[in-house]
Amino acid sequence: MTDRTAGTDVEAWQPSELELDRRLQRRRASRRSVLVALVSTAVFAGVVGWTVLTSPGWENVQQTFFDPGIAAKSFPKILEGLWLNIRVLFFATIAVAVVATLLAVMRSLRGPVWFPLRALATGYTDLFRGLPVLIVLYLVGFGIPALNPEDRVPVALLGTIGISLCYSAYVAEVLRAGMEAVHPSQRIAARSLGLSHAKTLRLVVIPQALRKVVPALMNDFVSMQKDVGLISVLGAVDAVRAAQIVQAQTYNFTPYVVAGLMFVALSFPMIRLTDAVSARMAKREQMGGTV
Amino acid sequence: MSVLELHGIHKLFGDNHVLKGVDLEIDSHEVVVVIGASGSGKSTLMRTINLIERVDDGRILLSGDDITDPAVDVDKVRARIGVVFQHFNLFPHMRVIDNVTLAARKVHGTDPEVARDRAIGLLEKFGLGEKVRDFPDRLSGGQQQRVAIVRAIMTDPELLLLDEITSALDPMLVGEVLDLVRDLKAQGSTMLMATHEMSFARSVADRIVFMHSGRPLEVGPPEQIFGDPQRPETREFLARVTHR
Repeated sequence: MTDRTAGTDVEAWQPSELELDRRLQRRRASRRSVLVALVSTAVFAGVVGWTVLTSPGWENVQQTFFDPGIAAKSFPKILEGLWLNIRVLFFATIAVAVVATLLAVMRSLRGPVWFPLRALATGYTDLFRGLPVLIVLYLVGFGIPALNPEDRVPVALLGTIGISLCYSAYVAEVLRAGMEAVHPSQRIAARSLGLSHAKTLRLVVIPQALRKVVPALMNDFVSMQKDVGLISVLGAVDAVRAAQIVQAQTYNFTPYVVAGLMFVALSFPMIRLTDAVSARMAKREQMGGTV
Repeated sequence: MSVLELHGIHKLFGDNHVLKGVDLEIDSHEVVVVIGASGSGKSTLMRTINLIERVDDGRILLSGDDITDPAVDVDKVRARIGVVFQHFNLFPHMRVIDNVTLAARKVHGTDPEVARDRAIGLLEKFGLGEKVRDFPDRLSGGQQQRVAIVRAIMTDPELLLLDEITSALDPMLVGEVLDLVRDLKAQGSTMLMATHEMSFARSVADRIVFMHSGRPLEVGPPEQIFGDPQRPETREFLARVTHR
């Protein structure tokens, strides 16, 4: 009844001379800036390439870091190691999703009754956001087994626990920020319908909070994708450790480059996806939509 | 029988004494319209009835039950009252149908199929049949507010609170929302409504309550309040809002 349908009688409108001239000017300007960008990029790449290739040690560096033979030889072993990283990543992601959501909900509880839970969650996030991941891995990896020397806990599991502990703290903060960004009127509307606090969180607040923080969460996931490589310090034979083994045998650093490229390849789809999602959300925001 | 009874309601925000002893009774099928300047306590009164704000003194009875009793289950009370807000407050991540059926499914335990059928029936009745599967941001303000009203009446509340429901709307869209309220009155809904739409208040209200600095200063049928106001404050307020 109030739909404003645009007039369907599209008149035969032709852009004026003024507009055509402006378009021509814009085209010229953009052609010029593309040209400048191309030339400056080529010059920069040339200078960097020339500097590296003519440096006195380049021969040596090439042999030590970019040996095709060693790269080919180490590839299958490192790929096998990467499979462990992927499995650790999979389980750590699940653990982080659960723990971080719990922490975020605990921190958002109001009222004096919940003080202990709130304090616990706050203490946890403060602690684990400050602790370097490497130190957490050492403490968990060597501390937990020492509690009970009889049981042999797989190092990959300990690594997963360590990574999950750290990232839960980061992700919890992201989720909490998202929950606080949901307008209070949404909670009031939900509570007015008779929904309990828990149902309001689950059905109204958290779904909207997640939407708001998707890019930030994906960014944390990308970050975690590479940090699972740190579990090698515990002795788990992951991609980094596999590279290190080959390096120790050959005194050549090429395997590290191979492992590095694998991690980049692993994270690349997610990075692109994050960019795409962020761009799409920005576009929606401009349209005034929030869903 | 009274659906709502307010006895000596006080509410303070810090030093700000917003409600200074409000007494009011609303009978079944009665439409009571609250008028008054901004800051006179209209919205706060609504929010205390809905238990969004806790009263600092006095008692509120909903169909005879004391809902200001600390032992009362606030979720159960709120489930008996329908509320429509100035800014609609639809859930942007849910389709119209899910917005409307949420309380039935998740609070009242209605079978989802039954809730769905009832919701579609109501939406069609109020000219929203084509919007069932849309998200709220695809709707005009008037359509969103009508969906919000359907959401509020979906579970047959004993009392409907309408808090300046047309204040955020384009003047072109006010009519469609007010028509819906008229329909609800014709069906016998019990309503407490705060509004700045004086001509609407006059035509739809059984009783008008004029709020002034936290008190219901003058209460009476619309003919009396608008035609022959007894208090100078009422006369002054009406002169201002109707530009007489």
